[in-house]
Amino acid sequence: MYTPADTAAPSLTWNLAHDAAQVLEYHFMVNALLAGSAVAVAAGLAGWVMLVRREAFAGHTLAMMAFPGASAAALAGVAAGWGYLSFCIVGALAISRLPGGARGSWREEPAGIGVVQALALGLGFLFVSLYGGVLGDLEGLLFGEVLGVSDGQVLELAVVAVLVAAVLAGIARPLLLSSVDPAGGLARGLPVKALSAGFLVLLGATVAATSQVTGPLLVFALLVMPAASAQALSTRPTTSLIASVAIALLAVWLGLGLAYFSVYPPGFYIATVAFAIYLLARAAAAAAARRRRRVHGPAPAPGRPLAPEAV
Amino acid sequence: MLGQEYVRNAVLAGSVIALACGVCGWFVVLRGQVFAGDALSHVAFPGALAAAALGLDERVGLFAATVAAGGAIALLGRGALAGRGGRAAGVEPAGDTTIGVLFTFILAVGVFFLTLFSRSSGGGVGIQAAHTLFGSIFGLGAGEAALAAVLAGAVLAAVLAIGRPLLFASVAPEIAGARGVPTRLLGFAFLVLLGVIAAEASQAVGALLLLGLLAGPAAAAHRLLPGTGASVALAAGLALVSMWGGLALAYAVPSLPPSTAVIAIATGIYLAARAWR
Amino acid sequence: MLEANTRDAATELHDAAVRMGGRTVWSEVALRIEPGEFVGLLGENGSGKSTLLKVLLGALPLQHGTVSVLGRPPGSANNAIGYLPQRPGFGAGVRLRGRDLVRLGLDGDRWGLPLGIGARAAGRRAAARARVAETIELVGAAAYAERPIGELSGGEQQRLLIAQALVRRPRLLLLDEPLDSLDLPNQASVSALVDRVRREEGIAVLLVAHDVNPLLPYLDRVAYLAAGRAVAGPVREVITSETLTALYGVPVEVLHASDGRLAVIGAPEAPSYHHDRHEHHHGGSHVHAG
Repeated sequence: MYTPADTAAPSLTWNLAHDAAQVLEYHFMVNALLAGSAVAVAAGLAGWVMLVRREAFAGHTLAMMAFPGASAAALAGVAAGWGYLSFCIVGALAISRLPGGARGSWREEPAGIGVVQALALGLGFLFVSLYGGVLGDLEGLLFGEVLGVSDGQVLELAVVAVLVAAVLAGIARPLLLSSVDPAGGLARGLPVKALSAGFLVLLGATVAATSQVTGPLLVFALLVMPAASAQALSTRPTTSLIASVAIALLAVWLGLGLAYFSVYPPGFYIATVAFAIYLLARAAAAAAARRRRRVHGPAPAPGRPLAPEAV
Repeated sequence: MLGQEYVRNAVLAGSVIALACGVCGWFVVLRGQVFAGDALSHVAFPGALAAAALGLDERVGLFAATVAAGGAIALLGRGALAGRGGRAAGVEPAGDTTIGVLFTFILAVGVFFLTLFSRSSGGGVGIQAAHTLFGSIFGLGAGEAALAAVLAGAVLAAVLAIGRPLLFASVAPEIAGARGVPTRLLGFAFLVLLGVIAAEASQAVGALLLLGLLAGPAAAAHRLLPGTGASVALAAGLALVSMWGGLALAYAVPSLPPSTAVIAIATGIYLAARAWR
Repeated sequence: MLEANTRDAATELHDAAVRMGGRTVWSEVALRIEPGEFVGLLGENGSGKSTLLKVLLGALPLQHGTVSVLGRPPGSANNAIGYLPQRPGFGAGVRLRGRDLVRLGLDGDRWGLPLGIGARAAGRRAAARARVAETIELVGAAAYAERPIGELSGGEQQRLLIAQALVRRPRLLLLDEPLDSLDLPNQASVSALVDRVRREEGIAVLLVAHDVNPLLPYLDRVAYLAAGRAVAGPVREVITSETLTALYGVPVEVLHASDGRLAVIGAPEAPSYHHDRHEHHHGGSHVHAG
């Protein structure tokens, strides 16, 4: 795995153009940026929908599947990526089978997700113990390996991103309708449960892809923070969707750029940039709300845009 | 099995921790704060790392991080309790997003410290990390076990003491508020207590698996027994069964880590409850 | 000066005004409810009916004027008040039983567990259980009090909520739009229930509603909130075209159906962005979002 420390001491100067040129000199950095951009698009889109559907907890649980996925793969002797993807999909299906929505209790679903997560992590620990100790590539597992991504992997990630975007575009309207109003969706003949399960699987794939860039622990940096910032800034769906992707891209480019000059993992920088943007977005939204209140007087309590009941 | 001291220690600490987790978990599920509980357990690890970085005992960092996170979540969710009728539990839906953002950032800081450590100490972090993340209940000394039991017992007593007003505030916040129940303060206190038990239970089942002990038995109890007192008792009992069963299983099968065993049984109980009702 | 028999009033507001979010919601409000009286509080959306209840509960301070509840300042007598908030919203998943809710109404605000040992403690627990059962009987909810609340219909939930409000033998019942989400038969039966209970127990009732019709057979008086002011009196005096037109400042007509029901036509909804009727405009340019 290439690390910036291996190369001849790059350092950040105030000449941004020069720094950018330095970064782009290296093929591995270009690859990293391409991979990161693909992932940012997928995560910006899927994360936006995930927030509307209030499934952040499910998303996080899927991210945690990295651990049993990688350790099961090590035990089985296959590439970690395949283990991760399989566990993500199994996890997505397990979560989709939890009682939720019209039939069951919305309060049970989070508990069920918690059980799924704990079980998955417990299994991961078991696999590690059976495997006989610490996983070989723990660092890669925790932090992602975007700085060593090959051309082939870039292509794979690009394909995943295109697939995610295409599927989301296809099912966007029925999906959002069933998110906001599941009973109404059922009345219209929409396959609400199938859409739910389908989205979770899509989310699993996005999470698996994202964790290659940020590491599984910090998947939310691209999956939640850009979308949350965008939704704070604008309540119009198209606008905030585009903003979500744009912010994710910005976080990846800046984060990777900063990581080039440092020893700390790129995920850390991406998360920090994304968090900073989030704080700015929330501050801007709060200031705008205050200004609006002063001019117009008290507004009626704002409804949450696209706020679904139980899903 | 109970002839061995390390097993007795594990059973002592584990039992009280399980009871506390069952009771706390019952309220966590009722109030829809499972994700918050998850976040609390996830910040335990960076907390321990930060403490180590500052040269303090890791447990200090562990507790400080979980309690601080609990308080932060309570304060940031404050707007929820001011009359958002229509949702029975005391957590504003948007809180999930805020919680997710916050704990991701804290994990990022943890990643920072982890990098710092692995470069300086070169791999010694691994064992300590495994203990914090996955528990080390069979490694507790007599004194540690007693301390863990006392602390967990204190949390259990505290939650039971505020149980009635907490329940009232959770299901009918406006009515409770009109009756003088300090709903916001109770919400805050509960999350702080949750932070404490999260840090405690990290020793038994580990920070990452804590959720299973909090959510599984409680969800089963809610399913099987609607209502109050008996339901809480059932959650505590099921958690205890998970703990004992898990410890026994791990003792019998040495290659099975105790935390995994406990969680597996808790999961089984949850699935059985779903099948039953 | 306050009259000597103020102490007997269930609640009294005098020249009261309240502000929320920078605007005056209502002002110059005078209302007095006698013990055992059934008073309806009507008005369009946004007129400040819930706000008035909050003032009586001590949750909102008055900007001007005086208020007393059961002879005491608002907030200090809440143990003798039964309160039913607007749409408390038990989602489909709430597993709490009706009986548990009523029990919470009895002692849900007490710390610790009811786990004393000995005859006296057992006696107290038995008395509590009996009181809960008695109240559930009173509202006619015994058939479904053991089921999870989330599974019950709107009317059934309302009965249990009323039981929760009654279980401590209050002297004043404050009900915020209890009929709001009920169908007509349930509106009629819940109204009848409230009237029966208040006659049997001698409780004063202030019930907030949109529509006066389900309550017509039972109300002693009505208080009508509109355009920042209130008018109180017998129904036939308050809900008339003349009175409401004078109150709103725009033409409002009250139609009488052949069965005695009333329909209010033309009453404007309270605007969300509002220039105070009694204050000067704030200076500067205002742009209303409309």
